[in-house]
Amino acid sequence: MSYDLKMRVWRGDADGGDLGDYTVPVETGEVVLDAIHRLQATQVGDLAVRWNCKAGKCGSCSAEVNGRPRLMCMTRLSDFDETETITVTPMRTFPVIRDLVTDVSYNYEKAKQLPAFEPGPPDADGKRRMAQVDIERGQEFRKCIECFLCQDTCHVIRDHEDNKEKFAGPRFFLRYAELDMHPLDTHDRRVLVQGMAGIGLCNITKCCTEVCPEGIHITDNAIIPMKERVVDRKYDPLVWLGNKIGIRNKDNDGRTEV
Amino acid sequence: MTGNEMSGDAAGGLESHDYDVVVIGAGGSGLRAAIAAHEAGARVAVVCKSLLGKAHTVMAEGGIAAAMGNRWKEDNWEVHFRDTMRGGKMLNHWRMAQLHAQEAPDRVLELETWGALFDRTEDGLISQRDFGGHKYARLAHVGDRTGLEMIRTLQQRTVALGIDVFMECTVTDLLKDTGAAEDRVAGAFAYWRESGRFVVFRAPSIVLATGGIGKSFKVTSNSWEYTGDGHALALRAGASLLNMEFVQFHPTGMVWPPSVKGLLVTESVRGDGGILKNADGKRFMFDYIPEFFKAETADSVEEADRWYDDKINNRRPPELLPRDEVARAINSEIKAGRGSPHGGIFLDIASRRSPEFIKRRLPSMYHQFKELADVDITAEPMEIGPTCHYVMGGVEVDPDTEQSGVTGLYAVGECSGGMHGSNRLGGNSLSDLLVFGRRAGEAAAAYAEGTARSRPTVAEADVAVAQERALAPFSGGEKASENPYTIQSELQQTMNDLVGIIRTAAELEESLVEIEAYQERARHLIVEGHRQYNPGWHLALDLANMLLVSECIAKAALARQESRGGHTRDDFPGPDPTWGAKNLVLSLDATGTGVNLKEQPLPVMPDELKEYFA
Repeated sequence: MSYDLKMRVWRGDADGGDLGDYTVPVETGEVVLDAIHRLQATQVGDLAVRWNCKAGKCGSCSAEVNGRPRLMCMTRLSDFDETETITVTPMRTFPVIRDLVTDVSYNYEKAKQLPAFEPGPPDADGKRRMAQVDIERGQEFRKCIECFLCQDTCHVIRDHEDNKEKFAGPRFFLRYAELDMHPLDTHDRRVLVQGMAGIGLCNITKCCTEVCPEGIHITDNAIIPMKERVVDRKYDPLVWLGNKIGIRNKDNDGRTEV
Repeated sequence: MTGNEMSGDAAGGLESHDYDVVVIGAGGSGLRAAIAAHEAGARVAVVCKSLLGKAHTVMAEGGIAAAMGNRWKEDNWEVHFRDTMRGGKMLNHWRMAQLHAQEAPDRVLELETWGALFDRTEDGLISQRDFGGHKYARLAHVGDRTGLEMIRTLQQRTVALGIDVFMECTVTDLLKDTGAAEDRVAGAFAYWRESGRFVVFRAPSIVLATGGIGKSFKVTSNSWEYTGDGHALALRAGASLLNMEFVQFHPTGMVWPPSVKGLLVTESVRGDGGILKNADGKRFMFDYIPEFFKAETADSVEEADRWYDDKINNRRPPELLPRDEVARAINSEIKAGRGSPHGGIFLDIASRRSPEFIKRRLPSMYHQFKELADVDITAEPMEIGPTCHYVMGGVEVDPDTEQSGVTGLYAVGECSGGMHGSNRLGGNSLSDLLVFGRRAGEAAAAYAEGTARSRPTVAEADVAVAQERALAPFSGGEKASENPYTIQSELQQTMNDLVGIIRTAAELEESLVEIEAYQERARHLIVEGHRQYNPGWHLALDLANMLLVSECIAKAALARQESRGGHTRDDFPGPDPTWGAKNLVLSLDATGTGVNLKEQPLPVMPDELKEYFA
C-alpha cells in the first residue's frame, strides 16, 4: 500500500537554511531514509545526506526526526500516522556542513586523545585467556556503532559549545569504561577520564541511554561505574592516606597511570 | 540559498599531498594495509569515501575463518586450505589460498592484542563457530557483529598509530608516470565530498582496498559505496581483472519489508542450528546435495542434527553446503512455487534453539527482524531469499605481494581476485582482508622505500584531464538530460534480471546491449546544484565505474560456458573440466572505451599440495 507522505526537510549550510516542504510517495514497510532517498532521486538530486548500510549497523544516517535523535534507516514510517508531517533536521550539536550532513570531527578528535588498549604479554603458547563473563561488560560497550546520537543529545555539549573542549561525551565514556574493565589492559585512565575527558560534568540524566539505537546502558553500565572508580581513586580518604604513606592498594596492581 | 557555494566550474585551488603509500578504502583490508605500511616505516594516508569506521566491513556478521584449533584440535591450515579450494571449485589461486590458511590465525590473535573482544571458549580462548563449507568450527566471532568488532579494532589501532585519514574523500583517477622505462603509478586524484574541492596525492605506492561491486544489482546486501571503484581504477590504469563472472549471491537476505529487501541474514543462523524449509514445511536441502559434496554431507535429518555436537562421527547438514549451492537450491524452490508469502523461503531457528540461545548468539539478527520486520525470530521463522553479496573477481595480483600488473599499484580484499576462485566460503573474507592487507602494506612500503632516488612524478597535464573528467557532469552540453539516479536504477534492474543468479547466453547478450545503451546515456548526464556535498554529482562519477564493471561481469559470464560456483548457466548446467583449468582475464581495450577478454591457464598447484585432494 502506498500513500503520499508530507515531509519537512532542513536544507542549508553553515550560513543558515530553512525547512523545505515536500510530498513524497512512500510504501508500507518503509523507513524515513527510504523517503529521503526517493526525494533525492526524484525531486532534489543534490539533497545532502550521509548513509551507508541502511541496516542500523554503521551509524551514518543520524539525524533528528521530529526533534528526536534517530537513525533514519531504523525509523519506520509505520510509527507515524499517515497524515502526520515528518520533520527531518540535522543533528543540532554538530556544525552543519550541508542539509542533513553535519561536521562530526569533534568525535574523531576526542578519539585521538584517548590512550589505546595496552595488554601485557600473552601466555606461553602465544594465546591470551579471558573468561566470557569477564569480557561481557566490554562487549556491550563495543556494540557501539558510533552514530554519535548520544553525543548529539547530551545537554552538556548540545547547547554549550564552550564545554566541548573539556568534555569527551558519552560515546567516549563508554570507551574509557570498556578499557578500564578489560581484563588484560595495563593502563589506568581514571585521571584522564576525570580531567581531560570531563566525566564530572555528566549529571546522569540518561538522555544518551534513551537515544542509543543499540540499547547500550550507557549511563548505568559505563558512566556511573566510571564515576565510582574515579571517586574511589581520588576521594576515598583511606586510599588517599595509603597513597600518601606509600602503601599501594590492589586496585593499582598491574596498571600504569597514563 | 546562502552565499558560500562553489559553482561547478570554479577553480577553487588544488590541494596536494606527498606520501609513500596511499591506501584507497578504509575497510578491513585498507586499514590493515595502512597499519602494516606504517609499521614498516612508510608515510601513509588512508583515503575513504565515508567516515572512518563506516566501511562495509561493519556489515560482516558471522566471523573470521582461521584454523586456530581452539574448538577442534584436528583443525589446521591444511584442512582450511582444502576447504577453501573445494569451496571455490578449485579455481582459486592455490598460493593465495595457502598463504591465507597459514597466516589467518596470527592475524586474528593480533586483533586481540589491539583490543578486540572475541567471544570465548570455556577455557578462555577465542571461541570458533560453524559455517558453511568449513569442516570444523573455525570462525572467530563476536556474537553476530564480528565485522563491527574488526573495523573498530583496526580503526582504533590506526588512530593510535597517528596514521593520516582523509575521510569523505573520493578517488576518481589514478595518476601514472609514463616517462620512465616502465609505466608506474605516481599518485591519485580525488575530491572532498564535503567541499567538492580537488586533491592530488603523490605517492609511489597505491593500495586499492575499495571493496566490491554489489550496488550494480537491485537486490543486494551492499551499501552505496560498492560501485566497483577499485576494479575500474585498476582497469583504467592498465591492470587486469579476473574471475569477474563469479558473483556470490548470499542464500539468505531479507525479502520483506521492501525497504530492506536484500539485507543480509547471517550464515551463523544456519551454523548455530537454523534450517531451511519450503512452504510445505519440508526441509528441502537434502534434495540438493551435489555429487561433489556427497561424501561429506549428511543424508538424513538424524545425522545432520547429531553433527553439531559430534563432528568426528557425523557429516555436515546440507544447510551448511557452500553458499552457491544453497542459493541455487533456494532459487529452485521459489521457482517451483514452494516459496513463502513474500517470495522467499523459511529460515527457522525458533523451533530448534531456545530463545536465550538465539538472543545470545544472534543479537543483531534478533534486533534487525524485530525492528525492521516485526518478526520475533525466537518464536517464528524468517523469510529469506538470495541477495547479491560479494564479487569473487577482482584485480589480478601477485599472491605474495598483492601487486597488480602495474608497478606500484596493489589491490587487496574484495577488489582483488584469485583468492576465492569461483565461490567464497563464509568467514574467509574477513581473514582475507587481514592476511593480504598486511602483505600488501608491507610490500607497498618496501617498494616505496626503493624509489627514494627516483620517485615517480605526476604529469600536470594528467591532473588537468582528471579535473575535467570530474567536472563533466556539471557541463553535459546541449544533449545533457540524463539523471544519474535513473540510469543507476535501470542498470540495477538489468543486472538483476539478466546477469543474476541463473544466466543464459541470450539474456547475457541482451544485458551487454543494455549496458552499452546506459554507457551512451551516461555521456549526457546532468546534475543540479553545486560541488559542496552533492550526492547527485558523486553518483554521476561512481556510475562510470559501475557501468565499466558491469560490462566486465556480463562479458565474462557470457564467455564462460559452464556452471561453477557463483556462475550458473542454464544453457550449460554442469561444470566443464576444460573451463576448470582456465581463468578469464579482462583489460581495457586500446581505445579505452571497451574491455578485452582473454583466456589464461590456471596457475599450476605444486604436487605436495595436490595430495590434499587425492
